[in-house]
Amino acid sequence: MCRLIILAAVALGMLASPASPAGTIRPILMKDIAFAPKQVTVHVGDTLEWANQDIVAHTATAKDKSWEVNVLPGKNGRVVMKAAGTFDYICRYHPNMTGEIIIEP
Amino acid sequence: MSKLPVTLLGACLCLAPYGAMAQQAAKLTDPQIAHIAYTAGQIDIQAAELALKQSKNKEVKAFANDMVRDHKAVNEKALALVKKLNVKPEDNDTSRQLTQQAGAKRKELSTLKGAAFDKAYAQNEVAFHQQVNSALQNTLIPNASNGELKDLLSTGLKIFQGHEQHAEHLVQSLPARTGAVH
Ligand SMILES: [Cu+2]
Repeated sequence: MCRLIILAAVALGMLASPASPAGTIRPILMKDIAFAPKQVTVHVGDTLEWANQDIVAHTATAKDKSWEVNVLPGKNGRVVMKAAGTFDYICRYHPNMTGEIIIEP
Repeated sequence: MSKLPVTLLGACLCLAPYGAMAQQAAKLTDPQIAHIAYTAGQIDIQAAELALKQSKNKEVKAFANDMVRDHKAVNEKALALVKKLNVKPEDNDTSRQLTQQAGAKRKELSTLKGAAFDKAYAQNEVAFHQQVNSALQNTLIPNASNGELKDLLSTGLKIFQGHEQHAEHLVQSLPARTGAVH
């Protein structure tokens, strides 16, 4: 009986273990005309939330155009990451702002 | 010897198309620096307004709207800062020459139409931002004595470096200027 419970617990633990649960929100700053951190690793289903602390609007735009969010000064903008892969992204208004999002399955 | 590099730098900048901004480098005061930066912003807003009136190209219009929005935002901060510091922006030879040159450029651009206008506007945006950025980097920021003014100019520099790249992309995306301007 004891053994069964332990086995069940282990099984459950294994099911839950593949890292972060779906729906985690990862914050990224838009500050001093840069993304911080520049590189972020998340999982499919996670949400990225950019917070713009600058005096001008920015975008976070995937270079392959698969996602984009426009973020006004002092505001936040979210995108749910739907597909695995490595995405280079920029601000369309200030292409000197560059970042990378790695999305694991 | 230690003064030589500064002199050389000044000489180089004066040869550039918008050399006006590099003059009097050593003599510039904060109120003058603030006015030069503000004037450069206003010039770019006016160029963008001309583009919004004159262009039919979606990308050119989008770029022009970006310029109006960003330069207004930076200039609003500049106005708020000079008010806070209780300094009066001061007209000076550099800002007057800038305004004069911009007027001439605007006149030239306003005679162009369609694709010829788009290309000339975009190319001028690259050149103008290059010039403003090198003036900020080499003259205005190093000469600013107030810390908050220095910070705002440094933020402005990063924003305008972004505009310079954005303008370069715009030039590349437009069809090549084929000879005759009608
Ligand atoms: Cu931006």
